[in-house]
Amino acid sequence: MTTGTKEAGTEPAVVPEDVEQDGGPGRGERFSALAQQHGALVTLVVAMVAASLSFDTFLTGDNLENMALSSAFLAVVALGMTFVIVTGGIDLSVGSLFALGGVLAAWGSQYGTVVALLLPLAVCGLIGVVNGLLIARSGLAPFIVTLAAMLGARGILLAVTDEGSRTYLVDKDSFFATLGQGSLLGIGVPIWITVVLFVLGAVVLRRTRFGQYVYAVGGNEDAAALMGAPVARTKIAVYALSGLCAGLAGALNAAWLVSGVTILGTGMELEAISAVVIGGTLLSGGFGFVSGALVGVLLLKVIQNVINQIGSLDSAYQQVVSGAFLAVVVVAQTWLGRRRRVL
Amino acid sequence: MLSVTGVSKLFPGVKALSGVDFTARAGEVHALVGENGAGKSTLIKVLTGVYQPDAGEIVHDGTPVRFTTPLQAQQAGISTIYQEVNLVPLMSVARNLLLGREPRNRLGLIDFRRMNRQAQEALHGLGIRVDVSRPLRELGVGAQQMVALARAVAIDARVVIMDEPTSSLEPREVRTLFDVIGMLRERGIAVVYVSHRMDELYEICDAVTVLRDGRVVHTGRLADLERLRLVSLMLGREIGEVRSEGLTKFSGSHRAAAEPVLQAEGLTIRHQLRDVSLTIRPGEVVGLGGLLGSGRSETAKAIAGALPTDAGRVSVGGVPVRAGSTPAAIRAGISLLPEDRKAEGISPGLSVRENIALAALPRLSRFGLVDNARVDRIVDTFVKRLRIKSAGPHQKVGELSGGNQQKVLLARWLALHPKVLLLDEPTRGIDVGAKAEVQALIDELADDGLAVLLISSDTEELIEGSDRIVVLKDGAVVDELTGDAVTEDALMRAIATEPSTSSTSSTSSTPSASPQSAESVGSTHD
Repeated sequence: MTTGTKEAGTEPAVVPEDVEQDGGPGRGERFSALAQQHGALVTLVVAMVAASLSFDTFLTGDNLENMALSSAFLAVVALGMTFVIVTGGIDLSVGSLFALGGVLAAWGSQYGTVVALLLPLAVCGLIGVVNGLLIARSGLAPFIVTLAAMLGARGILLAVTDEGSRTYLVDKDSFFATLGQGSLLGIGVPIWITVVLFVLGAVVLRRTRFGQYVYAVGGNEDAAALMGAPVARTKIAVYALSGLCAGLAGALNAAWLVSGVTILGTGMELEAISAVVIGGTLLSGGFGFVSGALVGVLLLKVIQNVINQIGSLDSAYQQVVSGAFLAVVVVAQTWLGRRRRVL
Repeated sequence: MLSVTGVSKLFPGVKALSGVDFTARAGEVHALVGENGAGKSTLIKVLTGVYQPDAGEIVHDGTPVRFTTPLQAQQAGISTIYQEVNLVPLMSVARNLLLGREPRNRLGLIDFRRMNRQAQEALHGLGIRVDVSRPLRELGVGAQQMVALARAVAIDARVVIMDEPTSSLEPREVRTLFDVIGMLRERGIAVVYVSHRMDELYEICDAVTVLRDGRVVHTGRLADLERLRLVSLMLGREIGEVRSEGLTKFSGSHRAAAEPVLQAEGLTIRHQLRDVSLTIRPGEVVGLGGLLGSGRSETAKAIAGALPTDAGRVSVGGVPVRAGSTPAAIRAGISLLPEDRKAEGISPGLSVRENIALAALPRLSRFGLVDNARVDRIVDTFVKRLRIKSAGPHQKVGELSGGNQQKVLLARWLALHPKVLLLDEPTRGIDVGAKAEVQALIDELADDGLAVLLISSDTEELIEGSDRIVVLKDGAVVDELTGDAVTEDALMRAIATEPSTSSTSSTSSTPSASPQSAESVGSTHD
């Protein structure tokens, strides 16, 4: 047999020379697994060390606080996106929902904090449920369904703001504003909220039955169904969760900016997807973790920050670097995945 | 325990099951057999809640039930092991084993330590030692199958349905499986066992139900049924049945040259083929006989380079062909008409002309540009010669009848001027008239000096069309019928022969089995 070795290599029947020899996973295998799980974290640490050595202004309290704050909102969106991607889906509507959530929160804040939070959560969560229903029950492609939701939500946004000409402001002294502007122990409230949400998200994904179903659906949907997993319900839940996260992130962002800015969130869905993938979650589903999304977001923001620090470099290059970085990560993932016989 | 009465299931255009009665009793291993399209899978899916029957009722434990999802069937104690392992490869063994039944602590969170311990115990019970915290895909297929089995048993099953569980197992793993089945039987669990391997059936099954064309043709104790009788029931042919000649359009024998043009030696694919050798002379039609799953299609695909082989050589006219490469096989003059016309053959959206020219394009173009005049000439020739009925060369192939689609495919391969033509079920799913035409065409082609390999589940077609029949069983050649011996009786007898000295379950002669089998059951533990 001269050719065909490649096909044979993916046949489970001819599996692991390296697995059985020492009774456990081979060294290469273990390295690949580690690289996939912690590669982004290592890169983040290296990038931060390099940045702090190059720029005196990088490792200052102000700069770090700024980076963390601007990461917080994207991170919350990426958290919901992680669940969707682990099921093997994608949610393109989050950018629009982020903006819609912000405007609804700003409008609602005149009736108090409860309305300011619940209104965007209800609307964005509902849109997420509709996404999930269409995807799970009608078998439509997540890409198309959430693309439609992205356009639709943008439309609702324009309708409630008179084509974007009206901007709702948040009363600076309200409790709602402190959710964005306030700080606790010297650290901004949105950062606290984000950290709490990520801890909750990690527990849900790793330690609950729902989390197991999320992995099972993404890992092999047919098998999951035959094993009796509630596939449709799981899918609806993850899109609802993604909508909720996007709405909440939008609301917090509005509290931070003390206004509902209509032009926000364009392209944010792609940023969130990049962050999740850079963090080590497989775009094909079945493998991933929420901490990766956080690391991915921070990495994107550090790159952005460094390019801003250079100053002489046009900030447009930030996207070039982010894009190139994403490409490198995806190639590395495919390569590692092949080593681990994932893809 | 579990029984169905008068169950029917319709699919658009096909009656997959009609009035089927089936009963699985506690503590009994019940074999469910039948050829392709007999309705076995449909029946299993009805039993497990994947399909809902259009008529009839399912009685479980004395009460009529209606399962609308696999989950409901599982909760009622009916679990299934599928032919392909249906687990999630990226998740750990323990998580696969206990998905949906994870032990949880007071906070409702999964207790991983307890989960791993439970999984470990469940697998030990079946005599399997693996590290349950590793991802499932690191296990061999056999061990994965065992995990699926452990899962099926663990959910307090009353009925376990196994769909060809041994098709990817090593002989040693088959033994373990049989031990487990014996254990299930003693525990009073009803086992439904689907397999094509006759030896296995006779080894472990108590009762048998034979399905054919969606109907039950026999049910009873397996021990009371002779092997030969079972084969004839499955194939729907009576032993020694008197029939008039010439039901097919085959004219009979051809004058074949003395020197074989195709020589295949020792073809071996792990779990699928064992040391298959055959030769075909120019002008000869060689039939491949055997039951479903005996390795007929695999043999054809291995010869055509469409399946990578572990061992074996193929040569055309004495020149060796590079294995595992379809382009190499095509260059050598081997063409394969695949079994699944829709999935592996035609491009329904393309025209008749484009479909015919597709494979020959490299020959019909110069510097990457297609010579349209030559394409037209070739298309025209074959449309006439094969009597392809279409509105014109630009009609979409998807709009043609099955028979004409098949002819378009034949034309595609003939346009390459092959020396060897491998036909896998060339007349399946096409109407009687077109069938006769295709059969006549095969005859003509052989008369023109082509070497033809014919695979057909239609015994009549195989007998009358072939000059010689090589009989396969469980991936190995068991007999070769020549001359006057090419009869249905002889074919069925060959298929039904009991293993002489070594049974399938104890042979360990697969060349590739030795180095790799170490990773399977029992050796992956730390």
